[in-house]
Amino acid sequence: MKVACPTTLAEAISHKALGFTPVAGATDLWAHWPVRTANHDLSYVDLSGLHELRGIAWSAEHLTLGALTTYWDTMQDSRVNAEFPLLIAAARYVGAIQIQSRGTWAGNIANGSPAADGVPALMALDARVRLVGSNGERTVPLDRFYTGYRATVMGVDELITAILVPRRTYSFTAFEKVGPRRAQAITKVGFAVAHSADGWRVVANSMAATVRRCPSLEAILNASHPNPPAEPDLRAAASKDLAPISDIRSTAEYRTEVFARLLRSTLATMTARP
Amino acid sequence: MLRLEGLSKLTGAERYADDMPLCDFLWGMTVRSQSPRGRIVDIRFDPSVDWSQFTIVTHRDIPGCNEVYLIEKDQPILAATHTRHIHEAVVLLAHPDRQALRRAVGKVKVIVDELPPVFDPRAPLAPEQLQHGTENVFKALEIRKGDAAAALTAAPVVVEGEYATGAQEHVYIEPNAMIAWTDEAGVICVRGSLQCPYYVLNALKHAFAREADGVRVIQTPTGGGFGGKEDYPSIIAVHAALLAHKSGKQVKIIYDRDEDMAATTKRHPSIVRHRTGVTKDGLLLAQDIDIIMDGGAYVTLSPVVLSRGLIHAAGPYSCANVHVRGRAVLTNCIPHGAFRGFGAPQTHFANERHMDRIAAHLGMSPVELRRRNLLKKGQTTSTGQVIRDGVDRCELLDAALDAARYDARRQRHAEFNRAHPYLRRGMGVATFHHGAGFTGSGEDYLASKLAVAARSDGRVEVRSASTEMGQGTLTVFTTIAAEALDIPADRVVVANPDTHLVPNSGPTVASRTAMVVGHLIERACDDMAGQLGAARGLSSAPRGGAFLAALDAWGRENPGRELVGRAQYKKPEYVQWYDKTYQGDAYATFSWGAYVAEVEVDLRTFSTRVTDFVAVQDIGRVLNDTLAAGQVTGGVVQAIGWALMEECVWERGAMKNNQLTNYIIPTSFDVPEINVKFIQSPYAHGGGGAKGVGELPMDGPGPAILNAVADATGADPCELPLTPERLMRLIPSGDAP
Repeated sequence: MKVACPTTLAEAISHKALGFTPVAGATDLWAHWPVRTANHDLSYVDLSGLHELRGIAWSAEHLTLGALTTYWDTMQDSRVNAEFPLLIAAARYVGAIQIQSRGTWAGNIANGSPAADGVPALMALDARVRLVGSNGERTVPLDRFYTGYRATVMGVDELITAILVPRRTYSFTAFEKVGPRRAQAITKVGFAVAHSADGWRVVANSMAATVRRCPSLEAILNASHPNPPAEPDLRAAASKDLAPISDIRSTAEYRTEVFARLLRSTLATMTARP
Repeated sequence: MLRLEGLSKLTGAERYADDMPLCDFLWGMTVRSQSPRGRIVDIRFDPSVDWSQFTIVTHRDIPGCNEVYLIEKDQPILAATHTRHIHEAVVLLAHPDRQALRRAVGKVKVIVDELPPVFDPRAPLAPEQLQHGTENVFKALEIRKGDAAAALTAAPVVVEGEYATGAQEHVYIEPNAMIAWTDEAGVICVRGSLQCPYYVLNALKHAFAREADGVRVIQTPTGGGFGGKEDYPSIIAVHAALLAHKSGKQVKIIYDRDEDMAATTKRHPSIVRHRTGVTKDGLLLAQDIDIIMDGGAYVTLSPVVLSRGLIHAAGPYSCANVHVRGRAVLTNCIPHGAFRGFGAPQTHFANERHMDRIAAHLGMSPVELRRRNLLKKGQTTSTGQVIRDGVDRCELLDAALDAARYDARRQRHAEFNRAHPYLRRGMGVATFHHGAGFTGSGEDYLASKLAVAARSDGRVEVRSASTEMGQGTLTVFTTIAAEALDIPADRVVVANPDTHLVPNSGPTVASRTAMVVGHLIERACDDMAGQLGAARGLSSAPRGGAFLAALDAWGRENPGRELVGRAQYKKPEYVQWYDKTYQGDAYATFSWGAYVAEVEVDLRTFSTRVTDFVAVQDIGRVLNDTLAAGQVTGGVVQAIGWALMEECVWERGAMKNNQLTNYIIPTSFDVPEINVKFIQSPYAHGGGGAKGVGELPMDGPGPAILNAVADATGADPCELPLTPERLMRLIPSGDAP
């Protein structure tokens, strides 16, 4: 095993280009480290020394989360709590405090798990991902970041340096996670929902090969706004947008049914409000 | 009295097997079969590895018999010609570097000519699937009382049901761990995490063709067992000893969690069918019960698990006509083994769900149905055992209902359920019993021995093979000896189980430690005090201050010596068991329980949350409030897991979710306040008046919780674990919130 510990972004990028796996909180690696001996043969580039990737910054347009921002960092930040309760709701559902304090939002994105809890919240807020590679910098909308199961648009030489979350006024946000127990579990069915002047966003996790926006659901929500769509329409749209599977953790039938029930119930809480 | 080893466990000072400082030792690991059934045609060692650096053990290196010493000797220590399940041990490797060893294990391929396996214990057999006897049946047993068939024909109401339970993984905190070496005298020694030192000793004797003085077993502090360290440590101990024997070095085998979950035993899955005849006012007339237990690939402990399951199958109820049949059958799955409750949780689940189904059929309250049928003093169980002692069963039930505020809460739930869009609340009851000690003549056969030594340093040492594994043996034994001699607890020490130093007081299983072995402590104390009295010329066996004074005086005159009191198990006079007819006193006594669960079901997600739990029981006299309540609380939590979330996902007889990320056990967030109450009734033949407590709390929660789900939702769940995915299929889609 080789571990590079760069202090500059340029160094880190050059290691990434050589096939080194970037590591920030190492939460995905560590859980199975002793038994997944194949991981011992890989080379890693440790990003923790890159101070330029730290910190939470605010501009008129954006909240910017440096790539080393952990869930805990955001949970401890009163401004993020006040303006983006959706992010906090998601962060609280990630693992336990140990994971929340090491795991990073950017790592959650880069890891590419369809069950990622942080990604749906960010995607529902129209977050964009800043990538830096040997040819410079670009910014990719998170909803166009994934190309397939654990596949992304990132180039071999690119690293995530920051996540940009547009500052908007939201009339409604909600985060739901269904795991096999009430805490410390991997999501079986999940979604984040947000409504602003830019319309509805519905993003599902563990419901397809990637965390995924649901354009049909968003369309019928926009069309029926401010009323919720009829249940059959909701179910029909969900079936167009999503492709859940049966696996070790749940069944396609369960995911389909519970997604529909929970989304309907969540939307009902919005309309029930004065 | 505070738990004696509590502080060292709390502070992390306790040294478990993996913490023991060793120098110049090898790690041991296991190469396992990847085929569920077949003939081993070759073992290929990848030439890219320098195998001269490794100690390699196959079945050919076993000096004695290649058989795991248990009830039947059908299981090899290392598969020789055939494999019967995925993860069966075939080759052992040892090396100083654990990572090098982990890699090397993947470089050995066991080549197998596949044969047709069996995975469903109920599926009809093709001749080529036959692997044991004429029907792949490890054991068939039957209990008959009266004439169930005739009574069913005549019964005005007959209610049927089929119930199923899944496998369960123990998830002890400390995975299996064993260290082996050969000492200067040539004795093969092992120390490790285990429940039954003499089981391991017998396994070593058999595998190495040695007498007892050529082998030695020492227990290390054990981080939980739950039955998972009853039979399996014998295999790991022999494995470690084989590697140590061949390499001439100390060898340490510590299973990774993934390996432990994949390769070691689980609770037997079961299918239980009930046909019950009742009067219209709910009196049981006939119980016809058919039990299938999935034994896995080898016999291991299945016959005795089946036996306990059968004996508890008719529940704590009086019924004149009972017919129970059971079979433990072979499948090409890892062998299922001992797990807290040992067959009884499975059959209690079926019976207690069935009682609620009968009640629903009759339009009667499930509480009233139970009240009318619970065994009263003088009535007999299915084996004809007369109930002689214990708290009245209806008194326990009433205490549980009171503590749970059952009636008031159910009324509130009815209102809540009408009003709430998607939450449904309900309550469920289970009444049950658990026989303490070995079944039938088991305790007679064990003939457990125990010694208590009065030492010249003024202390009294209890010597037994009964192990502390978190359940409180050390503390409870100290209490019993101190009470028996009326001396302060700090004058008592409990010897560490080491087969060179302690007699065989039997395995630490079957809720027998406090009751059976504890009683031996009292008798050995009598013996020892008698000897001391005689040695001091006293007119009677001294107790209290007189005992201490006599011991101090004797100790000054006999430095370095000790007086050893002994006791051997003698069954209580009244106990009669007939193994041929399966009739009589199946256990010297039973512990009794009445549990009430409250649940809340979310119809959006079909998840069930246990919101309140009351556990009332009679375990004889409570020797230590905290430890006894801890046993009950822990058992209830383990049973909540079994009832609602712990599911082994099988693929070709191997556990696919052998990781704690995917095998889901409850966290504290999934567990409600558990209200534990004891109604005490000292048992004359138990240590300090105690009966068994360890397993009882595993029996009641499963059915109580599912009965509560039925109450909340109107569904009729008959299978554990009741995962949300399963419950969804039982709730009509029209109920969508």
